[in-house]
Amino acid sequence: MMGSRELVLARVRAALADVPRDEAPEDFPVDRDYLDAHATGSPAEVADLLADNLADYRAVVHRCSAAELPGLLARLLAEHRSGDVAVPPALPGDWLADSEGVRVLTDDGSLTASRLDRVDSVVTACAVAVAETGTIVLDAKPDQGRRLLSLVPDHHICVVRPEQVVASVAQALRRLDPSRPLTWISGPSATSDIELDRVEGVHGPRTLEAVLLAD
Amino acid sequence: MTAVHLGMPAFPSFPEAAEAATTDAQLRRNLRNATHTIRDKRARAVAELSDWAGLRAAAAAIKNRTLRHLDHYLLQLEEAVTKAGGRVHWAIDAADANRIVAELVKATGETHVVKVKSMATQEIGLNEALAAEGITAYETDLAELIVQLGDDRPSHILVPAIHRNRSEIREIFVRAMGRWGRAAPDGLTDRPADLAEAARLHLREKFLSAKVAVSGANFMVAETGTLVVVESEGNGRMCLTLPETLISVVGIEKIVPTWQDLEVYLQLLPRSSTAERMNPYTSTWTGTAEGDGPREFHLVLLDNGRTGALADQVGRQALRCIRCSACLNVCPVYERAGGHAYGSAYPGPIGAILTPQLRGITSALDASLPYASSLCGACYEVCPVAIDIPEVLVHLRERVAETGKGHPAERTAMRAARWVLEDPARLARAQRLATRARRFRPRHLPGPAAAWTDTREVPRIPEESFRDWWRRTQGGGPRAGGGPAGKGGR
Ligand code: SF4
Repeated sequence: MMGSRELVLARVRAALADVPRDEAPEDFPVDRDYLDAHATGSPAEVADLLADNLADYRAVVHRCSAAELPGLLARLLAEHRSGDVAVPPALPGDWLADSEGVRVLTDDGSLTASRLDRVDSVVTACAVAVAETGTIVLDAKPDQGRRLLSLVPDHHICVVRPEQVVASVAQALRRLDPSRPLTWISGPSATSDIELDRVEGVHGPRTLEAVLLAD
Repeated sequence: MTAVHLGMPAFPSFPEAAEAATTDAQLRRNLRNATHTIRDKRARAVAELSDWAGLRAAAAAIKNRTLRHLDHYLLQLEEAVTKAGGRVHWAIDAADANRIVAELVKATGETHVVKVKSMATQEIGLNEALAAEGITAYETDLAELIVQLGDDRPSHILVPAIHRNRSEIREIFVRAMGRWGRAAPDGLTDRPADLAEAARLHLREKFLSAKVAVSGANFMVAETGTLVVVESEGNGRMCLTLPETLISVVGIEKIVPTWQDLEVYLQLLPRSSTAERMNPYTSTWTGTAEGDGPREFHLVLLDNGRTGALADQVGRQALRCIRCSACLNVCPVYERAGGHAYGSAYPGPIGAILTPQLRGITSALDASLPYASSLCGACYEVCPVAIDIPEVLVHLRERVAETGKGHPAERTAMRAARWVLEDPARLARAQRLATRARRFRPRHLPGPAAAWTDTREVPRIPEESFRDWWRRTQGGGPRAGGGPAGKGGR
């Protein structure tokens, strides 16, 4: 008796009897008659677009220089009255240098989801940010941490470096490694399931703050 | 061959179910409000991209290439997933898939699983099959939760609880949450934010303790073995990240060949479905990742009638569908009939062409579905993968007609056609939507409706095309801003 695998494949092949036997997949034409990017301005203009689009989908956007970052993060955590702050294993050393009075939990792989459910905030870097769609992409490298780190806490602060900003989805995909687990984030979690009223925050962080660093 | 299961207790026929729906004033109001809100926002989101037509053509071509060489891409995908640490299973039909999933869950020793909305698992009736094996599946999308707690069925791909208003939802939560886990908070109001908060608390308990999750996927990348889930609420991320075992049930047609191909679909899908530039969350994963997320990943590749659709050279294009639901939101028949009338997991125009192909046109219900349309063409205009739904509908009507005169299926089909066509106002509106540019325009409708058209010609298409009408009436502001959040159907 044929197993399901052989049966499915046999049915697929039988269904495709009309396809010439010598046609290779690449023989069937795919015209990519579309733009690689819609936003074609200077890096500064692209960064502005990213800020606009992030804000449009209700992320809170901040912009500062690298030198101002520790001060800004300290202020944001204080305003959120955060006591416990989770961070990935390799958050750049000085980012939380000014955040006195917060307890920093560095994830060495042992933080459980239940523990993360009780932290107030999480601070991470990112891999890429897409201006046209207002999207931040995390690829779980050591400056971003495991996927659950930016998922379970209710408040996520994500820092974007200028060289990480691209204009389009196509450009972002080229920079990303598909073998890594990726999370594309465009604003805080949301639902419109109740009479199509948009409500921010169901399961992911209800507050997303994006910090765009200037050159 | 056993009958293909598509996950809904079948109504006797489309016209009967549609009649029942049209007498429900609340349902009609909700549906009308929802579809019109989404369709206007979609038009604005699409207008933002000057190269929409090029993206749409590429999306159709990529899927055509995939379907013409599906065996090649399935094997490539299987190899890539396996290399990345996943295990691939093949399911010929619903029973096969349900058995595989039940065995995988049992092997973990668990009796509970969390689920992220998936049309494929709805199609195969997985929850019911697992229940029969003593396994409880918890739906975690807000809308699916509403449907599950309300002991109900989804009515829209994107917003399955579109037929429930806020006070009904509050009642369902108060009544049923305690039976399934954490009860609704005392004094729960019917404000959407409060209802969402109640769902957050109820489900968080489930996420934190779940050991097994079941999902679908929007896309599978053959060259890399990557799966993609597009969502809004974050319950998808929870299910894909926290449990130890992840089981994804995905139709064999969900493949795209390359990582680059995602640049097309990740632009088309959010704008077509929730009218957003990008949905709040998209997760991609390839097999398993050391120290991050599930330790075990199983992919169940589902046929369940898809190879039957693939064999039909006209009907094959239905397998390009990315489940965005744009066609539902513009369909005058769906707006009046409601999602339940289509009698399967797939409502609206896509359901009218997909269900009869997956299940065959032997039952009265399935034979009537190709008649659940006035052939106005609005669905084709908005479809991001350019599925010519009217062309497939007419083709399927021909197949129904071939079943022979006097067949009960034919009589039901006839009634469905009459139901669609008998309301002069609705027909006039549908015809106003019809586009001058449509290459397909029958003077006489084939099949059972021929009796109707023999006595009256199909009304002439007016001067103004659908596209012109759309531009004139929907406007198209410069920005898509703050559209309704939802998720693409998987
Ligand atoms: S048929 Fe086209 S418009 Fe309808 S759900 Fe599928 S992809 Fe979307």
